[in-house]
Amino acid sequence: MSSVPSSPAVPAIRCQGLVKHYADVAAVDGVNLAIETGECFGLLGPNGAGKTTTIEILEGLTLPDAGDVEVLGMRWGRGHSAGDHALRERLGIQLQETQLADKLTVEETVRLFRSFYRNSHTVDEVLTLVELEEKRKAWVAKLSGGQKQRLAVACALVSRPELLFLDEPTTGLDPQSRRQLWEVISRFRAEGGTVVLTTHYMEEAERLCDRVAIMDHGKVIALDSTRRLIASLGAEHVVEFALADGAGGAPDAAELAALPGVRSVRPATDRTALTVTEVHRSVPALMVLLERRGAELSMLATHHATLEDVFVALTGRQLRDE
Amino acid sequence: MNDSPLVQLTLARMREFYREPEAVFWVFGFPIVLAFALGIAFRNRGPEELKVGVLRSPGDSAVAEVLGRSRALTASVLDPEEARLQLRAGRIALLIVPGDPVVYRYDSTRTEGRLARLEADEALQRSAGRGDGERVRDERVTEPGSRYIDFLIPGLLGMNLMGSGLWGVGFSVVQARTKKLLKRFMATPMRRSHYLTSFILSRLVFLFIEVAALIGFGWWIFDVGVRGSFASLAFITILGALSFAGLGMLVASRARTIEAVSGLMNLVMLPMWILSGTFFSYARFPDALQPFVKALPLTALNDALRAVMIDGSSLAQLGAPLAVVAGWGLVSFALALKIFRWR
Repeated sequence: MSSVPSSPAVPAIRCQGLVKHYADVAAVDGVNLAIETGECFGLLGPNGAGKTTTIEILEGLTLPDAGDVEVLGMRWGRGHSAGDHALRERLGIQLQETQLADKLTVEETVRLFRSFYRNSHTVDEVLTLVELEEKRKAWVAKLSGGQKQRLAVACALVSRPELLFLDEPTTGLDPQSRRQLWEVISRFRAEGGTVVLTTHYMEEAERLCDRVAIMDHGKVIALDSTRRLIASLGAEHVVEFALADGAGGAPDAAELAALPGVRSVRPATDRTALTVTEVHRSVPALMVLLERRGAELSMLATHHATLEDVFVALTGRQLRDE
Repeated sequence: MNDSPLVQLTLARMREFYREPEAVFWVFGFPIVLAFALGIAFRNRGPEELKVGVLRSPGDSAVAEVLGRSRALTASVLDPEEARLQLRAGRIALLIVPGDPVVYRYDSTRTEGRLARLEADEALQRSAGRGDGERVRDERVTEPGSRYIDFLIPGLLGMNLMGSGLWGVGFSVVQARTKKLLKRFMATPMRRSHYLTSFILSRLVFLFIEVAALIGFGWWIFDVGVRGSFASLAFITILGALSFAGLGMLVASRARTIEAVSGLMNLVMLPMWILSGTFFSYARFPDALQPFVKALPLTALNDALRAVMIDGSSLAQLGAPLAVVAGWGLVSFALALKIFRWR
């Protein structure tokens, strides 16, 4: 089978009313998604939000309890039917927990995965794609975390997939390895590939994804482009501050909300966050207010609003537990 | 050809095995070490001379001379105190006190003591003029084919086929499952039959080396031959290897952890180590146990291997044990396919 470009009329993925229970926990609880050909779609959420279960249902590895899934215009059969094989030929999949065989070399591993597909990249091509040419003779056991992850992506790319699934591809990697993987993904997209990835790094989602579905407790709680999700906060900046103990009275939420440029106030135990439109107007006003109260700052920081802030605004919780 | 998934999967199996020095030792080295150690320990010893003492007293040297002529005895003249100590320590098996009557002093609960008494009495009585009433001839059975090592090598071969079949298949499958590699393969268009067949193929490759090493060693060091045809031997070992690979697949079909599969393996193998007549004949077990013992795949395999190697039997004579071996393999494999956990 040569790579027939998918008709733009058929979305890469469409799923309706996905439900999956484990014991009495609803891991996925009514998820609907439509992912267009050529886009990079992110599932963002904390651990346990149902991202991995969702992506594995889409990959045909987990059977949903209810719901309908269509991938590249096809439906998963039960197990290993001929139709499933034909669909798998067109997908590239990287799973979150796979440990490739330690005692095989990089080249042997890619060659093994390559043998499963009718239409595939050569070993050289795919090692060039993930920049592992120099490690081709090295045992998997000897690779760094980033190199192992790039090898896992190589095994997903070797099939010349139309659709690439990546489950937390950069979790646990150092920043440099993370950037290297982002480049691999960007190159795949530049060739017209569709990507579905899960992550709990908002920076990764902002950097790579055209659209993001934010998940929490098995549900999609927001779905839009990253830019519009952030814009939904109504302001582009976040000011965070904390007060030193015992120095005067803290201002209440109503007083803070009344400050110029402040759109919303999120008090938390260790710090208070203000979403603001104009930092240069809000911060001096905040200083004046605190001075009047005799309160003393122990921390003050400002940053551009991120998906993290969107998540906190939606759930009242931090995205990561750290 | 080289890009066929079956070839690549089989190569991966083989590489993972031979790059694991411990596994290589247990499959190839250990049976040879065991054969060597047991072969030495239970070798057929030549007739050993028994040491006897003659108490220092009048006429001692005449007695010692008569005894010394016996091929079975070495005699020395000892003082009373020395004689007492050596007898107690077992350095001499018998103390002879010359006189009338001649006194034999020995520990009658020890085989050497009774044996030395018989030999010494024979020598002394014969020198006093006793003759043979009956004509006799000795026939010694120490030729190849009836020694312990001849019994042992086929047993070790059988045990090794069991161990490497179960471990080789079971361990790799469960490792792939715990590392989520099995699930990763399920995310490709790989055929399940290719995955399972690759285990069989890699087993067959190593089987050849495994069998050749042990048979070659037995032949080279202990002169253990193969009386039957090599084709029969090859057929039986292949059948045995496939059967135990099937059993390995079954043991590994559900287990999620290495600990669980190790426990199951030992549970399956332990009865066969003890009962299946690898190191000693299973005829020693009570009659009530015999049907169970004979139904075990390793018992049947050992019987078939011994029949070919020692007795030179042909395959046609081995229908029953070979049916037992094949039956176990087929049933295990079919069951494993049915209940196999693919992720």
